[in-house]
Amino acid sequence: MELEIHVIHYLILSTVMMFCGIYGFFTRKNLLALLISAELMLNATNINFAVFNRYLFPGHLEGHFFSLFGIAIAAAETAVAIAIIINVYRSFNKILTDDISEMKG
Amino acid sequence: MLIAIQAEITLTAALVLMLVADLIFKEPNHKYLQASAVILMLIHTALNIVPTDTEAFGGMYHSSMISSVMKTILSTGTLLVFMQAGQWLEREDTRHKAGEFYIITLSTLLGMYFMMSAGSFILFYVGLELASIPMACLVTMDKKRHESAEAGAKFILNSMFSSGLMLYGMSLIYGTCGTTYFEDITAALTGTPLQIMATVFFFAGLGFKLSLVPFHMWTPDTYQGAPAPVSGYLSVISKGAAAFTLMSIILKIFGNMTAQWNLLLSIVIVATITVANLFAIKQTNLKRFMAYSSISQAGYIMLAVLGGGAMGMSSLVYYITVYIAANLAIFAVIGTVEQYSGRVDRDAYNGLYKTNPKLALVMTLALFSLAGIPPFAGFFSKFFVFASAFREGHWIVVFIALINTIISLYYYLLIVKAMYITPNDSPVSTFRSPAFTRACLLVCLAGIILLGLCSGVYQLFTDLA
Repeated sequence: MELEIHVIHYLILSTVMMFCGIYGFFTRKNLLALLISAELMLNATNINFAVFNRYLFPGHLEGHFFSLFGIAIAAAETAVAIAIIINVYRSFNKILTDDISEMKG
Repeated sequence: MLIAIQAEITLTAALVLMLVADLIFKEPNHKYLQASAVILMLIHTALNIVPTDTEAFGGMYHSSMISSVMKTILSTGTLLVFMQAGQWLEREDTRHKAGEFYIITLSTLLGMYFMMSAGSFILFYVGLELASIPMACLVTMDKKRHESAEAGAKFILNSMFSSGLMLYGMSLIYGTCGTTYFEDITAALTGTPLQIMATVFFFAGLGFKLSLVPFHMWTPDTYQGAPAPVSGYLSVISKGAAAFTLMSIILKIFGNMTAQWNLLLSIVIVATITVANLFAIKQTNLKRFMAYSSISQAGYIMLAVLGGGAMGMSSLVYYITVYIAANLAIFAVIGTVEQYSGRVDRDAYNGLYKTNPKLALVMTLALFSLAGIPPFAGFFSKFFVFASAFREGHWIVVFIALINTIISLYYYLLIVKAMYITPNDSPVSTFRSPAFTRACLLVCLAGIILLGLCSGVYQLFTDLA
């Protein structure tokens, strides 16, 4: 039996990734884990763009280009986020969200 | 071709010149850098003051008359921020970062320009990220203060989360329409369930940037932790650009689905204005207070989106113009008082009138304008926004917003009361702020008073919208 992979399988994967990312963002306490969750969401959308382009609109390349831009921008965002997290660690010596809450109200 | 993106090119030139200036001037160079940043912004604004309607890159970039006007307004606002940032950059621990501040601010402004005149989701996304990634660096600029680091972490993580949501919505729209160009999407959108879901994701993402309730959690912490000029920049320039983009995209792309998002938008507006007002009442830290105030102002701005059409657009641009004048005046005062007394809580303002009467007067007029008291511009901007929403039949939302205006009057007057009435044995001592800050306050004051009385301003926006 030949195993075929359709657009629906890719979409299930990307949807699961997306909502795992959202769930992780709301439940995790570690700043780096939050970053990973947000990254997961961005990558889910990259899969979506590539798959839609490949299977539904193979005539042009807009989706692929969007994925490329998405990857590049996500990398820039991660670099800044990690720099900020290092800065937080330097000034608080902690990295869990519960410990970093000087401001409330 | 290149003349079509003239505004972006002159802004990039200003950015590069600032980079060169940062290298040329010997330290301590913060004074020269501020002067050159102000001059460059003045030249940039003057060069692009005539609104144009241009298109470039096969429809990917489209700058309409009104977005060209909006760019001029935002660059004027950035100029005001530069003028009031000088005193913060005078401090020992920040003065070596003066060049970085101006360069990063200019690059966020460039991102906002591209975001506002995008004709495709790709350029829109790139512009949005160019506006929000450097913004995180601005928020963490006060590296020595713990709050600044915390605020930056909250800002960048929330901004990544919201971009993720928005991108997911965009990918679904791309999947159902087969294009990322706004013009082609309009024809292909029919309101299928998947497209409605995409709209909600997209709206949630932009709602984060605009800090609408229930996506507002990051706003108070970020505004409180960021340096005062950056909070001012975030609250007017960044918010104004996001509001303008949301309006133009909603009208341009989702015009066919008005019935689906109208109710959603009404609920969000009512929640935004009411919740932010209730939280603002109990704030004592002024930066945090202004954060909640700016959330509720975002709700009022969204009323213009609900109104829609040319009238909604012109009232939105007018509202943002007036809001820039009033809010930047308040942040300039907050920054000045923080600079000379090190305090941002409301008790620090007790008896400010006795020692610094001019500062107290500017603050009072700006607060009156934000609350919408008649002779000042804030009243007229609120009036036009209400009128545009009322004309489309959203009278319940307008009525709730009106009640909230009265509540907001209470908490704005609390500050006025602190400055004029509350007795204080040791008020903030008398001081004289730098010339640029005084000039900034003067321009803001002129804006607060004249923008409302000169009817030509609103007329101009209506003609161009």
